[in-house]
Amino acid sequence: MIEFRHVDFSIDGNAILRDVSFSVARGRTTVILGPSGSGKSTILRLLLGLYHPDAGSIFVDGVDVTHINASRWREIRSRMGMVFQQGALFDSMTVGENVGYALLEANGDDEVEVAPAVRHYLELVGLDPYLIDRMPDQLSGGMQRRVAIARALAARDPMILLYDEPTTGLDPQSAERITDLIVQLRDQQGKTAIMVTHDIPDAFKVADAMTILEQGRVVFEGSPDALISVSTPFINQFLAPFRTAMGAASRRFEAATRRGAPPRTDPQRGGTP
Amino acid sequence: MPVIRAILERFRSVVEGVQDLTLFTVETLRALFSRPFYLRETIHQLHFAAIGSLLIVLVSALVAGQALAIQLVRELANSGVKGQLGHFMVISVVRALGPVLVGMVVASRMSAGITAEIGAMRSSDQLDALVAFGTDPIRRLVVPRVIALVIALPALTILGDALAVIGGGWVGLQYHLPIESYYAGVFKFLTPKNLLVGMIKPFAFAVLIAIVACWKGFRSEGGAKGVGVSTTQSVVIASVGILVTDGICTRLIFRLLGW
Repeated sequence: MIEFRHVDFSIDGNAILRDVSFSVARGRTTVILGPSGSGKSTILRLLLGLYHPDAGSIFVDGVDVTHINASRWREIRSRMGMVFQQGALFDSMTVGENVGYALLEANGDDEVEVAPAVRHYLELVGLDPYLIDRMPDQLSGGMQRRVAIARALAARDPMILLYDEPTTGLDPQSAERITDLIVQLRDQQGKTAIMVTHDIPDAFKVADAMTILEQGRVVFEGSPDALISVSTPFINQFLAPFRTAMGAASRRFEAATRRGAPPRTDPQRGGTP
Repeated sequence: MPVIRAILERFRSVVEGVQDLTLFTVETLRALFSRPFYLRETIHQLHFAAIGSLLIVLVSALVAGQALAIQLVRELANSGVKGQLGHFMVISVVRALGPVLVGMVVASRMSAGITAEIGAMRSSDQLDALVAFGTDPIRRLVVPRVIALVIALPALTILGDALAVIGGGWVGLQYHLPIESYYAGVFKFLTPKNLLVGMIKPFAFAVLIAIVACWKGFRSEGGAKGVGVSTTQSVVIASVGILVTDGICTRLIFRLLGW
Protein backbone atom coordinates (compact mmCIF):
# COMPACT_ATOMS: atom_id res chain seq x y z
CA MET A 1 0.00 0.00 0.00
CA ILE A 2 2.83 2.41 0.90
CA GLU A 3 6.35 1.87 -0.28
CA PHE A 4 9.56 3.89 -0.12
CA ARG A 5 12.21 2.81 -2.65
CA HIS A 6 15.76 4.09 -2.23
CA VAL A 7 14.62 7.55 -1.15
CA ASP A 8 17.25 10.24 -0.58
CA PHE A 9 16.34 13.64 0.86
CA SER A 10 18.44 16.57 1.97
CA ILE A 11 17.86 20.13 3.21
CA ASP A 12 20.46 22.80 2.34
CA GLY A 13 22.96 20.09 1.45
CA ASN A 14 22.48 18.19 4.73
CA ALA A 15 21.41 14.60 4.08
CA ILE A 16 18.28 13.82 6.11
CA LEU A 17 17.36 10.47 4.53
CA ARG A 18 19.76 8.16 2.69
CA ASP A 19 18.61 5.25 0.53
CA VAL A 20 15.49 4.68 2.64
CA SER A 21 13.39 1.69 1.59
CA PHE A 22 10.52 0.12 3.48
CA SER A 23 6.90 -0.84 2.89
CA VAL A 24 3.65 -0.73 4.84
CA ALA A 25 0.98 -3.37 4.23
CA ARG A 26 -2.73 -2.49 4.01
CA GLY A 27 -4.53 -2.50 7.36
CA ARG A 28 -1.27 -2.73 9.32
CA THR A 29 0.38 -0.28 11.68
CA THR A 30 4.05 0.38 11.09
CA VAL A 31 6.01 2.26 13.70
CA ILE A 32 9.05 4.24 12.64
CA LEU A 33 11.43 4.44 15.56
CA GLY A 34 14.66 6.30 15.96
CA PRO A 35 16.43 8.91 18.02
CA SER A 36 15.67 12.62 17.59
CA GLY A 37 16.98 13.98 14.29
CA SER A 38 17.08 10.60 12.57
CA GLY A 39 14.60 11.69 9.87
CA LYS A 40 11.42 10.03 11.16
CA SER A 41 9.04 12.99 10.73
CA THR A 42 10.57 13.75 7.32
CA ILE A 43 9.20 10.42 6.06
CA LEU A 44 5.64 11.53 6.88
CA ARG A 45 6.18 14.93 5.23
CA LEU A 46 7.49 13.22 2.09
CA LEU A 47 4.45 10.98 2.11
CA LEU A 48 2.14 14.02 2.28
CA GLY A 49 4.03 15.83 -0.48
CA LEU A 50 5.15 18.61 1.86
CA TYR A 51 8.73 17.71 0.85
CA HIS A 52 9.94 16.18 -2.38
CA PRO A 53 12.67 13.51 -2.47
CA ASP A 54 16.02 14.16 -4.17
CA ALA A 55 16.09 10.59 -5.46
CA GLY A 56 14.09 7.37 -5.24
CA SER A 57 10.35 6.74 -5.44
CA ILE A 58 7.39 6.75 -3.07
CA PHE A 59 4.33 4.66 -3.89
CA VAL A 60 0.85 5.07 -2.41
CA ASP A 61 -1.67 2.43 -3.50
CA GLY A 62 0.62 1.57 -6.41
CA VAL A 63 0.87 5.19 -7.62
CA ASP A 64 4.35 6.72 -7.82
CA VAL A 65 3.72 10.07 -6.12
CA THR A 66 7.22 11.38 -6.77
CA HIS A 67 6.36 13.26 -9.94
CA ILE A 68 2.62 13.98 -9.81
CA ASN A 69 0.95 17.38 -10.25
CA ALA A 70 -0.86 19.46 -7.61
CA SER A 71 -4.38 18.21 -8.36
CA ARG A 72 -3.24 14.57 -8.24
CA TRP A 73 -1.56 15.34 -4.92
CA ARG A 74 -4.86 16.62 -3.54
CA GLU A 75 -6.49 13.34 -4.53
CA ILE A 76 -3.71 11.27 -2.94
CA ARG A 77 -3.80 13.39 0.24
CA SER A 78 -7.54 12.84 0.48
CA ARG A 79 -6.79 9.19 1.30
CA MET A 80 -4.59 10.20 4.22
CA GLY A 81 -5.20 11.75 7.61
CA MET A 82 -2.30 13.31 9.45
CA VAL A 83 -1.95 13.86 13.18
CA PHE A 84 0.84 16.39 13.57
CA GLN A 85 3.29 16.62 16.43
CA GLN A 86 1.64 18.83 19.09
CA GLY A 87 -1.67 18.46 17.19
CA ALA A 88 -1.32 21.54 14.93
CA LEU A 89 -4.94 22.49 15.64
CA PHE A 90 -6.07 25.71 13.97
CA ASP A 91 -5.95 28.02 16.98
CA SER A 92 -8.32 30.61 15.52
CA MET A 93 -11.08 27.98 15.21
CA THR A 94 -13.19 26.17 17.80
CA VAL A 95 -12.83 22.46 18.46
CA GLY A 96 -15.92 21.86 16.32
CA GLU A 97 -14.54 23.90 13.43
CA ASN A 98 -11.24 22.03 13.69
CA VAL A 99 -12.81 18.58 13.67
CA GLY A 100 -15.23 19.53 10.91
CA TYR A 101 -12.63 21.50 8.93
CA ALA A 102 -12.61 19.35 5.80
CA LEU A 103 -16.39 18.87 5.94
CA LEU A 104 -16.93 22.63 6.27
CA GLU A 105 -14.63 23.20 3.30
CA ALA A 106 -16.69 20.77 1.24
CA ASN A 107 -20.09 22.02 2.47
CA GLY A 108 -19.49 25.73 2.19
CA ASP A 109 -19.19 26.48 5.91
CA ASP A 110 -22.60 25.00 6.82
CA GLU A 111 -21.89 24.29 10.50
CA VAL A 112 -25.38 22.96 11.25
CA GLU A 113 -25.00 20.29 8.59
CA VAL A 114 -21.63 19.02 9.81
CA ALA A 115 -22.38 19.24 13.55
CA PRO A 116 -23.65 15.61 13.89
CA ALA A 117 -20.51 14.29 12.17
CA VAL A 118 -18.31 16.43 14.41
CA ARG A 119 -20.05 15.09 17.53
CA HIS A 120 -19.67 11.53 16.22
CA TYR A 121 -15.91 11.88 15.72
CA LEU A 122 -15.44 13.59 19.08
CA GLU A 123 -17.22 10.67 20.75
CA LEU A 124 -15.16 8.20 18.71
CA VAL A 125 -11.94 9.59 20.19
CA GLY A 126 -13.44 9.61 23.68
CA LEU A 127 -14.18 13.32 24.01
CA ASP A 128 -17.40 14.84 25.25
CA PRO A 129 -19.26 16.67 22.45
CA TYR A 130 -19.82 19.62 24.81
CA LEU A 131 -16.24 20.62 23.94
CA ILE A 132 -17.40 21.56 20.46
CA ASP A 133 -17.42 25.32 21.18
CA ARG A 134 -14.17 25.41 23.14
CA MET A 135 -10.99 26.88 21.68
CA PRO A 136 -7.95 24.57 21.37
CA ASP A 137 -5.96 26.49 23.99
CA GLN A 138 -8.68 25.71 26.55
CA LEU A 139 -7.94 21.97 26.27
CA SER A 140 -5.23 19.83 27.87
CA GLY A 141 -2.41 18.46 25.69
CA GLY A 142 -3.99 14.99 25.62
CA MET A 143 -7.38 16.41 24.61
CA GLN A 144 -5.76 18.49 21.86
CA ARG A 145 -4.08 15.38 20.48
CA ARG A 146 -7.40 13.52 20.47
CA VAL A 147 -9.09 16.44 18.71
CA ALA A 148 -6.30 16.23 16.14
CA ILE A 149 -7.04 12.54 15.62
CA ALA A 150 -10.76 13.28 15.32
CA ARG A 151 -9.96 15.98 12.73
CA ALA A 152 -7.82 13.53 10.75
CA LEU A 153 -10.57 10.90 10.84
CA ALA A 154 -13.36 13.32 9.96
CA ALA A 155 -11.46 14.68 6.97
CA ARG A 156 -12.55 12.15 4.36
CA ASP A 157 -12.62 8.98 6.43
CA PRO A 158 -9.06 8.29 5.27
CA MET A 159 -7.75 4.76 4.89
CA ILE A 160 -4.21 5.81 5.83
CA LEU A 161 -3.44 7.54 9.13
CA LEU A 162 -0.11 9.18 9.83
CA TYR A 163 0.81 9.93 13.43
CA ASP A 164 3.79 12.18 14.14
CA GLU A 165 4.90 11.64 17.74
CA PRO A 166 1.29 11.47 18.97
CA THR A 167 2.18 10.87 22.62
CA THR A 168 5.20 13.15 23.01
CA GLY A 169 4.87 15.51 25.95
CA LEU A 170 1.77 13.84 27.37
CA ASP A 171 1.35 12.38 30.84
CA PRO A 172 1.30 8.53 30.96
CA GLN A 173 -2.49 8.30 31.25
CA SER A 174 -3.12 10.60 28.28
CA ALA A 175 -0.45 8.82 26.25
CA GLU A 176 -2.06 5.47 26.99
CA ARG A 177 -5.46 6.76 25.88
CA ILE A 178 -3.93 7.88 22.60
CA THR A 179 -2.17 4.57 21.93
CA ASP A 180 -5.35 2.66 22.88
CA LEU A 181 -7.20 4.79 20.33
CA ILE A 182 -4.63 4.05 17.61
CA VAL A 183 -4.92 0.31 18.29
CA GLN A 184 -8.73 0.58 18.33
CA LEU A 185 -8.77 2.35 14.96
CA ARG A 186 -6.61 -0.35 13.43
CA ASP A 187 -8.54 -3.27 14.94
CA GLN A 188 -12.08 -1.93 14.44
CA GLN A 189 -11.75 0.11 11.26
CA GLY A 190 -8.84 -1.59 9.51
CA LYS A 191 -6.94 1.68 9.02
CA THR A 192 -3.41 1.51 7.67
CA ALA A 193 -1.15 3.60 9.85
CA ILE A 194 2.36 4.88 10.19
CA MET A 195 3.33 6.12 13.62
CA VAL A 196 6.55 8.00 14.16
CA THR A 197 7.85 7.95 17.70
CA HIS A 198 10.89 7.61 19.88
CA ASP A 199 8.83 6.15 22.72
CA ILE A 200 9.71 2.45 22.69
CA PRO A 201 6.89 1.14 24.96
CA ASP A 202 4.29 2.97 22.82
CA ALA A 203 5.88 1.53 19.70
CA PHE A 204 5.66 -2.05 20.97
CA LYS A 205 2.05 -1.48 22.02
CA VAL A 206 0.74 -0.44 18.61
CA ALA A 207 3.17 -1.89 16.05
CA ASP A 208 2.51 -4.70 13.63
CA ALA A 209 5.82 -3.85 11.99
CA MET A 210 8.74 -1.65 12.90
CA THR A 211 11.28 0.34 10.96
CA ILE A 212 14.25 1.79 12.80
CA LEU A 213 16.22 4.76 11.51
CA GLU A 214 19.72 5.76 12.42
CA GLN A 215 21.02 9.04 10.95
CA GLY A 216 18.64 8.82 8.01
CA ARG A 217 19.27 5.16 7.18
CA VAL A 218 16.98 2.18 7.79
CA VAL A 219 18.83 -0.18 10.12
CA PHE A 220 15.94 -2.53 10.88
CA GLU A 221 12.65 -3.48 9.24
CA GLY A 222 10.56 -6.31 10.62
CA SER A 223 8.15 -7.40 13.33
CA PRO A 224 8.39 -6.30 17.00
CA ASP A 225 9.27 -9.90 17.93
CA ALA A 226 12.09 -9.92 15.41
CA LEU A 227 13.38 -6.62 16.84
CA ILE A 228 13.68 -8.14 20.33
CA SER A 229 16.00 -10.83 19.01
CA VAL A 230 18.18 -8.48 16.93
CA SER A 231 21.52 -7.56 18.42
CA THR A 232 23.51 -4.78 16.80
CA PRO A 233 25.43 -2.11 18.71
CA PHE A 234 22.99 0.66 17.69
CA ILE A 235 19.81 -1.31 18.38
CA ASN A 236 21.19 -2.62 21.69
CA GLN A 237 22.03 0.93 22.73
CA PHE A 238 18.69 2.29 21.51
CA LEU A 239 16.62 -0.40 23.25
CA ALA A 240 18.79 -0.51 26.41
CA PRO A 241 16.66 1.88 28.53
CA PHE A 242 13.53 -0.03 27.56
CA ARG A 243 15.09 -3.43 28.31
CA THR A 244 16.45 -2.17 31.62
CA ALA A 245 13.05 -0.76 32.66
CA MET A 246 11.26 -3.95 31.61
CA GLY A 247 13.82 -6.09 33.46
CA ALA A 248 13.50 -4.02 36.62
CA ALA A 249 9.70 -4.14 36.52
CA SER A 250 9.78 -7.88 35.94
CA ARG A 251 12.19 -8.47 38.84
CA ARG A 252 10.06 -6.34 41.19
CA PHE A 253 6.93 -8.22 40.17
CA GLU A 254 8.60 -11.60 40.72
CA ALA A 255 9.95 -10.49 44.11
CA ALA A 256 6.54 -9.24 45.19
CA THR A 257 4.94 -12.50 44.03
CA ARG A 258 7.55 -14.54 45.97
CA ARG A 259 6.72 -12.59 49.13
CA GLY A 260 3.14 -13.67 48.56
CA ALA A 261 1.82 -10.17 48.07
CA PRO A 262 0.83 -8.56 44.80
CA PRO A 263 2.48 -5.22 44.00
CA ARG A 264 0.99 -2.61 46.30
CA THR A 265 -0.35 0.65 44.96
CA ASP A 266 0.77 3.74 46.83
CA PRO A 267 -2.21 6.10 46.89
CA GLN A 268 0.07 9.09 47.49
CA ARG A 269 2.29 8.41 44.49
CA GLY A 270 -0.26 6.73 42.28
CA GLY A 271 2.05 3.85 41.28
CA THR A 272 3.74 0.72 42.56
CA PRO A 273 6.25 1.37 45.33
CA MET B 1 38.17 39.66 2.93
CA PRO B 2 35.41 38.69 5.33
CA VAL B 3 33.73 42.11 4.97
CA ILE B 4 33.43 41.82 1.19
CA ARG B 5 32.25 38.23 1.54
CA ALA B 6 29.61 39.35 4.06
CA ILE B 7 28.46 42.15 1.73
CA LEU B 8 28.23 39.74 -1.22
CA GLU B 9 26.37 37.23 0.91
CA ARG B 10 23.93 39.94 2.02
CA PHE B 11 23.43 41.06 -1.58
CA ARG B 12 22.80 37.47 -2.67
CA SER B 13 20.19 36.97 0.08
CA VAL B 14 18.44 40.24 -0.90
CA VAL B 15 18.32 39.15 -4.57
CA GLU B 16 16.98 35.73 -3.56
CA GLY B 17 14.43 37.43 -1.30
CA VAL B 18 13.20 39.68 -4.12
CA GLN B 19 12.96 36.66 -6.42
CA ASP B 20 11.00 34.70 -3.82
CA LEU B 21 8.68 37.65 -3.12
CA THR B 22 8.02 38.03 -6.86
CA LEU B 23 7.08 34.35 -7.19
CA PHE B 24 4.88 34.62 -4.09
CA THR B 25 3.15 37.68 -5.59
CA VAL B 26 2.53 35.89 -8.90
CA GLU B 27 1.10 32.90 -7.02
CA THR B 28 -1.16 35.22 -5.01
CA LEU B 29 -2.40 37.07 -8.10
CA ARG B 30 -3.17 33.74 -9.75
CA ALA B 31 -5.06 32.58 -6.64
CA LEU B 32 -7.06 35.84 -6.58
CA PHE B 33 -8.92 34.77 -9.70
CA SER B 34 -9.58 31.11 -8.89
CA ARG B 35 -11.93 29.21 -6.62
CA PRO B 36 -12.62 28.52 -3.80
CA PHE B 37 -13.19 31.99 -2.36
CA TYR B 38 -13.18 32.29 1.43
CA LEU B 39 -15.90 34.88 2.01
CA ARG B 40 -16.14 34.43 5.78
CA GLU B 41 -12.37 34.77 6.24
CA THR B 42 -12.38 37.84 3.97
CA ILE B 43 -15.13 39.51 6.03
CA HIS B 44 -13.25 38.65 9.23
CA GLN B 45 -10.06 40.20 7.85
CA LEU B 46 -11.96 43.24 6.55
CA HIS B 47 -13.33 43.81 10.04
CA PHE B 48 -9.83 43.42 11.52
CA ALA B 49 -8.28 45.80 8.99
CA ALA B 50 -11.00 48.47 8.73
CA ILE B 51 -12.74 48.60 12.09
CA GLY B 52 -9.61 47.65 14.01
CA SER B 53 -7.53 50.42 12.41
CA LEU B 54 -10.26 53.07 12.34
CA LEU B 55 -9.53 54.80 15.65
CA ILE B 56 -5.76 55.05 15.24
CA VAL B 57 -6.17 56.29 11.66
CA LEU B 58 -8.67 58.97 12.66
CA VAL B 59 -6.63 60.19 15.63
CA SER B 60 -3.37 60.19 13.62
CA ALA B 61 -4.98 62.01 10.69
CA LEU B 62 -6.63 64.64 12.88
CA VAL B 63 -3.41 65.40 14.76
CA ALA B 64 -1.22 65.33 11.63
CA GLY B 65 -3.69 67.59 9.78
CA GLN B 66 -3.61 70.12 12.60
CA ALA B 67 0.20 70.02 12.79
CA LEU B 68 0.46 70.59 9.04
CA ALA B 69 -2.06 73.43 9.16
CA ILE B 70 -0.15 75.15 11.98
CA GLN B 71 3.03 75.03 9.85
CA LEU B 72 1.21 76.31 6.76
CA VAL B 73 -0.98 79.01 8.25
CA ARG B 74 1.89 80.94 9.81
CA GLU B 75 3.86 81.01 6.55
CA LEU B 76 0.76 81.89 4.53
CA ALA B 77 -0.14 84.66 7.00
CA ASN B 78 3.38 86.09 6.72
CA SER B 79 2.96 86.14 2.93
CA GLY B 80 -0.49 87.69 3.24
CA VAL B 81 -2.33 84.73 1.67
CA LYS B 82 -3.81 83.07 4.76
CA GLY B 83 -7.02 82.47 2.78
CA GLN B 84 -5.16 79.89 0.68
CA LEU B 85 -4.95 77.46 3.64
CA GLY B 86 -7.79 75.27 2.31
CA HIS B 87 -6.09 75.06 -1.07
CA PHE B 88 -2.72 74.06 0.43
CA MET B 89 -4.31 71.59 2.84
CA VAL B 90 -6.09 69.74 0.02
CA ILE B 91 -2.97 69.55 -2.13
CA SER B 92 -0.79 68.41 0.82
CA VAL B 93 -3.24 66.04 2.46
CA VAL B 94 -5.23 64.51 -0.40
CA ARG B 95 -2.37 64.17 -2.86
CA ALA B 96 0.57 63.36 -0.59
CA LEU B 97 0.34 63.22 3.20
CA GLY B 98 -3.00 61.40 3.64
CA PRO B 99 -2.31 58.21 1.68
CA VAL B 100 1.22 57.86 3.09
CA LEU B 101 0.19 58.63 6.67
CA VAL B 102 -2.75 56.22 6.63
CA GLY B 103 -0.65 53.64 4.77
CA MET B 104 2.07 53.84 7.43
CA VAL B 105 -0.36 53.63 10.33
CA VAL B 106 -2.20 50.66 8.81
CA ALA B 107 1.09 49.00 7.79
CA SER B 108 2.49 49.18 11.31
CA ARG B 109 -0.61 47.53 12.69
CA MET B 110 -1.55 45.07 9.94
CA SER B 111 1.95 43.97 8.89
CA ALA B 112 2.86 43.03 12.43
CA GLY B 113 -0.48 41.30 13.04
CA ILE B 114 -0.53 39.32 9.80
CA THR B 115 3.12 38.22 9.93
CA ALA B 116 2.93 37.22 13.58
CA GLU B 117 -0.27 35.24 13.03
CA ILE B 118 0.91 33.39 9.92
CA GLY B 119 4.41 32.94 11.36
CA ALA B 120 2.94 31.34 14.48
CA MET B 121 0.79 29.10 12.26
CA ARG B 122 3.90 28.05 10.39
CA SER B 123 5.94 27.29 13.49
CA SER B 124 3.09 25.17 14.91
CA ASP B 125 2.65 23.19 11.64
CA GLN B 126 -0.79 24.72 10.97
CA LEU B 127 0.24 25.70 7.43
CA ASP B 128 1.31 22.12 6.73
CA ALA B 129 -1.96 20.94 8.28
CA LEU B 130 -3.88 23.12 5.78
CA VAL B 131 -1.96 21.51 2.90
CA ALA B 132 -2.56 18.05 4.37
CA PHE B 133 -6.31 18.79 4.32
CA GLY B 134 -6.13 19.77 0.65
CA THR B 135 -6.36 23.53 1.27
CA ASP B 136 -4.16 25.95 -0.64
CA PRO B 137 -2.77 28.22 2.13
CA ILE B 138 -2.34 31.10 -0.35
CA ARG B 139 -6.06 31.03 -1.18
CA ARG B 140 -7.11 30.51 2.41
CA LEU B 141 -4.81 33.02 4.13
CA VAL B 142 -3.28 35.45 1.63
CA VAL B 143 -6.13 36.22 -0.78
CA PRO B 144 -8.65 37.23 1.95
CA ARG B 145 -6.05 39.55 3.52
CA VAL B 146 -5.18 41.17 0.19
CA ILE B 147 -8.85 41.74 -0.65
CA ALA B 148 -9.61 43.04 2.85
CA LEU B 149 -6.79 45.58 2.72
CA VAL B 150 -7.60 46.63 -0.86
CA ILE B 151 -11.09 47.54 0.38
CA ALA B 152 -10.13 48.88 3.81
CA LEU B 153 -7.12 51.07 3.02
CA PRO B 154 -8.73 53.34 0.40
CA ALA B 155 -11.78 53.72 2.66
CA LEU B 156 -9.58 54.57 5.66
CA THR B 157 -7.60 56.99 3.49
CA ILE B 158 -10.80 58.87 2.56
CA LEU B 159 -11.76 59.13 6.23
CA GLY B 160 -8.21 60.07 7.23
CA ASP B 161 -8.03 62.77 4.54
CA ALA B 162 -11.36 64.15 5.70
CA LEU B 163 -10.28 64.28 9.35
CA ALA B 164 -6.93 65.91 8.46
CA VAL B 165 -8.69 68.60 6.40
CA ILE B 166 -11.22 69.17 9.20
CA GLY B 167 -8.30 69.48 11.65
CA GLY B 168 -6.81 72.13 9.36
CA GLY B 169 -10.11 74.02 9.47
CA TRP B 170 -9.97 74.15 13.29
CA VAL B 171 -6.46 75.56 13.14
CA GLY B 172 -7.63 78.13 10.56
CA LEU B 173 -10.37 79.25 12.96
CA GLN B 174 -7.79 79.76 15.71
CA TYR B 175 -5.89 82.03 13.29
CA HIS B 176 -9.10 83.95 12.51
CA LEU B 177 -9.61 82.41 9.08
CA PRO B 178 -13.37 82.26 8.37
CA ILE B 179 -14.58 78.70 8.03
CA GLU B 180 -16.48 79.54 4.79
CA SER B 181 -13.28 80.84 3.24
CA TYR B 182 -11.34 77.75 4.31
CA TYR B 183 -13.89 75.28 2.91
CA ALA B 184 -14.31 77.29 -0.27
CA GLY B 185 -10.59 76.72 -0.88
CA VAL B 186 -10.93 73.06 0.06
CA PHE B 187 -13.80 72.34 -2.35
CA LYS B 188 -12.30 74.43 -5.14
CA PHE B 189 -9.22 72.24 -5.23
CA LEU B 190 -10.92 68.93 -4.44
CA THR B 191 -10.86 68.14 -8.14
CA PRO B 192 -11.13 64.69 -9.77
CA LYS B 193 -7.45 64.88 -10.77
CA ASN B 194 -6.31 65.63 -7.22
CA LEU B 195 -8.54 62.84 -5.90
CA LEU B 196 -7.14 60.46 -8.54
CA VAL B 197 -3.57 61.20 -7.44
CA GLY B 198 -4.49 60.49 -3.83
CA MET B 199 -6.75 57.49 -4.36
CA ILE B 200 -4.59 55.33 -6.63
CA LYS B 201 -1.81 55.07 -4.06
CA PRO B 202 -3.81 53.30 -1.28
CA PHE B 203 -4.60 50.41 -3.63
CA ALA B 204 -0.89 49.91 -4.34
CA PHE B 205 -0.04 50.27 -0.63
CA ALA B 206 -2.73 47.72 0.33
CA VAL B 207 -1.38 45.06 -2.03
CA LEU B 208 2.17 45.79 -0.84
CA ILE B 209 1.34 45.59 2.89
CA ALA B 210 -0.72 42.39 2.59
CA ILE B 211 1.65 40.47 0.33
CA VAL B 212 4.83 41.41 2.21
CA ALA B 213 3.24 40.59 5.58
CA CYS B 214 1.92 37.21 4.40
CA TRP B 215 5.19 36.38 2.62
CA LYS B 216 7.24 37.10 5.74
CA GLY B 217 4.85 34.96 7.79
CA PHE B 218 5.07 32.06 5.34
CA ARG B 219 8.88 32.22 5.31
CA SER B 220 9.21 32.63 9.08
CA GLU B 221 11.66 30.14 10.61
CA GLY B 222 13.09 29.42 14.02
CA GLY B 223 10.13 29.43 16.39
CA ALA B 224 9.15 32.43 18.50
CA LYS B 225 12.43 34.28 17.85
CA GLY B 226 12.07 33.74 14.12
CA VAL B 227 8.49 35.03 14.18
CA GLY B 228 9.72 38.15 15.99
CA VAL B 229 12.43 38.75 13.39
CA SER B 230 9.99 38.22 10.51
CA THR B 231 7.47 40.59 12.10
CA THR B 232 10.07 43.33 12.44
CA GLN B 233 11.25 42.82 8.85
CA SER B 234 7.68 42.85 7.62
CA VAL B 235 6.95 46.25 9.21
CA VAL B 236 10.26 47.73 7.97
CA ILE B 237 9.80 46.45 4.40
CA ALA B 238 6.19 47.66 4.27
CA SER B 239 7.11 51.12 5.65
CA VAL B 240 10.05 51.65 3.29
CA GLY B 241 8.03 50.10 0.46
CA ILE B 242 5.21 52.61 1.01
CA LEU B 243 7.62 55.55 0.69
CA VAL B 244 9.25 54.08 -2.43
CA THR B 245 5.87 53.20 -3.98
CA ASP B 246 4.62 56.71 -3.16
CA GLY B 247 7.56 58.22 -5.05
CA ILE B 248 7.07 55.93 -8.05
CA CYS B 249 3.27 56.39 -8.12
CA THR B 250 3.58 60.19 -7.89
CA ARG B 251 6.00 60.34 -10.82
CA LEU B 252 3.90 57.97 -12.92
CA ILE B 253 0.61 59.73 -12.21
CA PHE B 254 2.07 63.18 -12.84
CA ARG B 255 3.47 61.94 -16.16
CA LEU B 256 0.10 60.38 -17.06
CA LEU B 257 -1.75 63.60 -16.20
CA GLY B 258 0.82 65.70 -18.10
CA TRP B 259 1.63 67.84 -15.02
